[in-house]
Amino acid sequence: MTLLELDDLSVTYRIASGEVPAVRGVSLTLDSGAALGVAGESGSGKSTLAMALLRLLPRDARVGGRILLDGEDVLAMKWGRMRAVRWAEASIVFQGAQHGLNPVRRIGDQIAEPLLVHGLAKPDAARRRVTELLEQVGLPDWRARSFPHELSGGQRQRVMIAMALACSPRLIIADEPTTALDVMVQAQVLTLIKDLVAEHDISLIMISHDLSVLADVCDQLAVMYAGRVVEHGPSREVFHDAKHPYSKALAAAFPTVGDPASRLAPQGLGGDPPDPMELPTGCSFHPRCPVALDGCATMDVELWPAGPGRNAACVHVQEAS
Amino acid sequence: MTETQAATEAVSTVRPTLLEARDLHVEFASRGRRARAVDGVNLAVGEGEIVALVGESGCGKTTLARTLLGLERPTSGEVRYGGAALDYSSKALKAYRRQVQLVLQDPTGSLNPRHTVYEALAEGPRIHGLPDEREVVATALSRAGLRPPDRFFLRYPHELSGGQRQRVVIAGALALNPKVLVADEPVASLDASVRGEILALLLKLREELGLSALVVTHDLGLAWNIADRVAVMYLGRIVESGPVEQVLTAPRHPYTQALMSVLPESPERVVLTGEPPDPTRIPGGCRFHARCQVLASGRAAEAGVDGKCRSELLDILPAVPETQAACHYAAR
Ligand SMILES: Nc1ncnc2c1ncn2[C@@H]1O[C@H](COP(=O)(O)OP(=O)(O)OP(=O)(O)O)[C@@H](O)[C@H]1O
Ligand SMILES: Nc1ncnc2c1ncn2[C@@H]1O[C@H](COP(=O)(O)OP(=O)(O)O)[C@@H](O)[C@H]1O
Ligand code: SF4
Ligand code: SF4
Ligand SMILES: [Mg+2]
Ligand SMILES: [Mg+2]
Repeated sequence: MTLLELDDLSVTYRIASGEVPAVRGVSLTLDSGAALGVAGESGSGKSTLAMALLRLLPRDARVGGRILLDGEDVLAMKWGRMRAVRWAEASIVFQGAQHGLNPVRRIGDQIAEPLLVHGLAKPDAARRRVTELLEQVGLPDWRARSFPHELSGGQRQRVMIAMALACSPRLIIADEPTTALDVMVQAQVLTLIKDLVAEHDISLIMISHDLSVLADVCDQLAVMYAGRVVEHGPSREVFHDAKHPYSKALAAAFPTVGDPASRLAPQGLGGDPPDPMELPTGCSFHPRCPVALDGCATMDVELWPAGPGRNAACVHVQEAS
Repeated sequence: MTETQAATEAVSTVRPTLLEARDLHVEFASRGRRARAVDGVNLAVGEGEIVALVGESGCGKTTLARTLLGLERPTSGEVRYGGAALDYSSKALKAYRRQVQLVLQDPTGSLNPRHTVYEALAEGPRIHGLPDEREVVATALSRAGLRPPDRFFLRYPHELSGGQRQRVVIAGALALNPKVLVADEPVASLDASVRGEILALLLKLREELGLSALVVTHDLGLAWNIADRVAVMYLGRIVESGPVEQVLTAPRHPYTQALMSVLPESPERVVLTGEPPDPTRIPGGCRFHARCQVLASGRAAEAGVDGKCRSELLDILPAVPETQAACHYAAR
């Protein structure tokens, strides 16, 4: 069953010097209980997309298109309804948010807060729920009395996940939940997220620039470049056999240890990410594309079929089909 | 002559040791206790060699790197450069810092937002009184792949992309013509697409300038991408080291095996649980025993080494190039 549907979503920030088209026509669907990965380099619009889903964007951002959550139009919701959705149906774990924990409050109190504020539980029940949530994220009960500085980065990220789970949401949006954590802690957090999705029938949108991490956790993968989805499909297929040259570069950036092809041969992508205020014409990727054709600077690209369940916005894909 | 000496000499004809830690200990006072952040490390970086130092957060990598740079004084043991123990007089240290340069983790944090690229890069050559400042800065920029260099002179950090900022930081390190770069997580804060470019730059600098590097990271893929040798650190000590091809395809220490197993797409994961290890409470016996999956699964007992795991200290690994692991089970 479809839980979330984005139809031609666009977000434009208005700033003093002009307009920043951060998301430019994204259409995606997410089934309930499924996990969707959104990949792309910094500035490609991933966080903007995530915030748009729960209408958390600054007021000067203009949003176009449609967002349907359980068939309900998110952009048309009244504020009261929107707030109810935010705590009961979908919650977001922000990029770097573990630094945003209140340093002078015990973490148990911070986890219990939404339950108490929304009147979902009395103090006693909230305390029991905190214990349960801590257990779900693999932290011992006594950690409820700790202050944030007494926890490691990975433990703080677990607390953030516990907070996101507090009101039993059906959808979790995790923006770079493991970036800057070390490998073992990253593995702990990813295992936790995977188990939650599998055991509690929670849907997940996970954002990262590391395709290998997304391929590991998510069923479907969308690769964004300059505010658009340039490739979409089953995550392992996209990771191992990318069709779009940009996805290929992203996939190659994290080598498989043991693969002779990447030994002493790091793979990069030349050039700079595009400035959204001065997007290249034609295919936005053409100035950095190693396989660009003459027409790429002028022709319009769109997501073309690229095999069963797959799409890619590249002229080479269109020619092949 | 012992076998170890023979091995060191055999390799030294290929790559003479340039920078070395000998039985290095670095301790800090932490909440009234002693934190043994570096607890007995032997490590050598040869001329033109790239060594990766890997291990989880808090295991002592940065402390070891800072001590090698002379920024931290060892509690005992010594840092040696070019065959001589490091001299901590300020004059000698100043000369040393020309040879061994630090590249920091976060390019945004290590650049002053109010200094242009030129000002940032001219500082080192000025302090060291190098002639032809402009030339030095231009050469460093183009070596770091920022060409033509004069196009970048007057830019401020916020006018550069993350990858360009990291190149400026590397150019700053190159300006003094060092022999060794010590890079602490050089790509951790960079995008996937830029990461490969910066790593390729480090390889190119080795090829063209014969530069050596110690790259500190928790990213095993990075070690696979650019390092000749890898040293795996756990709780202040190197627990396994050797050529990258061997250590990363056939890890022998259970900790290295666990690190490898959590790479995406590994068949069987060993996710270590428990609190991160605490250098103020280093366990007796093997320092990894409380988290060791080989001990926990009973394999160590089957091999009859479980008693040793819990109570017998392991020798500090010597600085030899061959594969070695500090583990009773691996040694049996
Ligand atoms: N100045 C200091 N005073 C007290 N303890 C310190 C100090 N510097 C480091 N430590 C401790 O020494 C240990 C090693 O720290 P270090 O910064 O070397 O780790 P690291 O391996 O670089 O970790 P990361 O991957 O997180 O950068 C940690 O437990 C740390 O808390
Ligand atoms: N509040 C804002 N005002 C103006 N521009 C913004 C704002 N937030 C993000 N942007 C711009 O929108 C684009 C997409 O940003 P973001 O969604 O944060 O990307 P990502 O999460 O993929 O790194 C970038 O060019 C960024 O500079
Ligand atoms: S459309 Fe052209 S420029 Fe764009 S990705 Fe494909 S080949 Fe490259
Ligand atoms: S010595 Fe024993 S406890 Fe330590 S790593 Fe080896 S098997 Fe594990
Ligand atoms: Mg973001
Ligand atoms: Mg460090």
